[in-house]
Amino acid sequence: MARIVIDDLHKVYAGGVKAVTGVSLDIADGEMIVLVGPSGCGKSTLLRMVAGLETISSGTLSIGDRVVNDLEPAQRDIAMVFQNYALYPHMTVFGNLAYGLKNRGVSKADIDRQVRQAAEMLEITAYLDRKPRALSGGQRQRVAMGRALVREPAAFLFDEPLSNLDAKLRVQMRVEIRQLQKRLRTTSLYVTHDQLEALTMADRLVVLNGGVIEQVGTPMEVYDKPATVFVAGFIGSPAMNMLEMPYLKALGRLPDALPSGADLIGVRPDDLVLDALDAPALSLTGTVALLEPAGAESHIYVSLPGRAQPVTVRVAGVPLHLAEGAEITLRAPVDALHPFDAASGRRVA
Amino acid sequence: MVENDRWGTLLAHVILILGVFVVVFPVYVAIIASTQESGTFLRGVMPLLPGSYGWENYRTVILEGRSNAGAPPIGLMLWNSFVMAMMIAVGKIAISLLSAFAIVYFRFPFRMFFFWIIFVTLMLPVEVRIVPTFQVVASLGMLNTYAGLSIPLIASATATFLFRQFFMTVPEEMLEAARVDGAGPMKFFKDILLPLSITNIAAMFVIMFIYGWNQYLWPLLITTDDGYYTIVMGIQRMVTGGDSEPLWHLIMATVVMAALPPILVILFMQRLFVKGLTETEK
Repeated sequence: MARIVIDDLHKVYAGGVKAVTGVSLDIADGEMIVLVGPSGCGKSTLLRMVAGLETISSGTLSIGDRVVNDLEPAQRDIAMVFQNYALYPHMTVFGNLAYGLKNRGVSKADIDRQVRQAAEMLEITAYLDRKPRALSGGQRQRVAMGRALVREPAAFLFDEPLSNLDAKLRVQMRVEIRQLQKRLRTTSLYVTHDQLEALTMADRLVVLNGGVIEQVGTPMEVYDKPATVFVAGFIGSPAMNMLEMPYLKALGRLPDALPSGADLIGVRPDDLVLDALDAPALSLTGTVALLEPAGAESHIYVSLPGRAQPVTVRVAGVPLHLAEGAEITLRAPVDALHPFDAASGRRVA
Repeated sequence: MVENDRWGTLLAHVILILGVFVVVFPVYVAIIASTQESGTFLRGVMPLLPGSYGWENYRTVILEGRSNAGAPPIGLMLWNSFVMAMMIAVGKIAISLLSAFAIVYFRFPFRMFFFWIIFVTLMLPVEVRIVPTFQVVASLGMLNTYAGLSIPLIASATATFLFRQFFMTVPEEMLEAARVDGAGPMKFFKDILLPLSITNIAAMFVIMFIYGWNQYLWPLLITTDDGYYTIVMGIQRMVTGGDSEPLWHLIMATVVMAALPPILVILFMQRLFVKGLTETEK
């Protein structure tokens, strides 16, 4: 259990590539922080710096009131779950779990007790004598988790731990990891590129892009009030629609309540409705380009006159009354609009 | 098509059988010859069926030898060959594992330079560097010693290269996981890398053991004391040494005995291969 303070961390690789630029983050004890961003945004590098697998170019990193910049990974009291699990193939599950304890000089009896306790928690007791290759993907994932939590470290570091699992197992493990983390109350840093994983698991979300933090906040803060155009486009699926102010002005049906200085308006597919609204609303008329029924919900792609990019709308159920090519009017309440400054990419008000 | 296939299969089998015959026939002849009476070969006709002196011939080469014909009992020579082959195989593997480990996992100045130096030695087999090597070994007083027989042959670019290639296929995350688990470099080497390399080590052992066993020129040069003669040299001495006609039946019995240990090593190691292979298949 520990607080992790990341202060102005930089990573410059030999050759001058800047992977992480000036990241600062204060992670409270027991908090689950999810680092999310596209490939190459520096999220893994940041995590690996915290783990001690990557040197820190500048800045300070402390785990539990101790500056750990120059400590070996093993001395930082952290445990890491790797994307490909990195289980030791020649050791049994028991051996895999016990290895870290053995290296720390824990007595045989204690190792046995701790391994069994961790195995029970993860329901892998039945496989303790097996080698990793005799396990399924989900079981290996559990063993990797077990190897992390058996040591009762100050912090868990997860490097895209679910990306090698199939979709169904991923959802299941997501829930389990979150439950386990809540139960153990261990400070956790979790890296993913999957925005759904990020939204569902995080206490706080850190959106990274190009080595800098775009936004830090609870999942709902980030979802409801994306701080930048990048965050708006990255978090939420289907992605937020972006409409340029000049285009909307040309349509001439602009509500007055929009903040000044906004020249890019974002609107989530969920906030566009097909019915009339009482509140002041933005309204757009176009033709249905494509209907995508997905069971409980449907995505409607609507072409607006004079725009190549269709607008995405998400509605519950399947709108049977609509056909491709039909003309429809979409409305979005003004307070659901996200105004951005296109030049800086930042949110306006 | 069907008929074509049948002729094709037939042809393939004929070629394969011919190939097997070419390889196996000399071995067969050697075994047959080792069971004949001494006079058989003087007639100039090579019998193709086993004779009835097999037991006696093998007993002679193993227990008595024919000292006057340059053939002491072969036990000591077999032992010398075994010691030399073992020292070379084990030494080569130990040195190569460590140097490959250094080259793959450590960043030190001139790392690539040293790698290329090791690589270049591939171009210098024993025969090429034999004179200076002899000089060095002689100056160090290692003539007629096991150390002199084996140490100059221990450095191995082939094995270093093979282990390097293997280490590079071990995922980097394995090393990182070990670091997080508190394993230092040598611990990682001992606990993770060595067990993972076991099938490679077995393969190298077989190859290097046979390489060491078959050494001929080097032992011939540096041993003058017959307490250090190896079996391969021994065979040669039996052919050329002594005053009498070569005792082909005894020479052939020695040849068969000399071929036995490498075959045993292969048979024994084969098990390890198969074990390693089936376990990864799972």
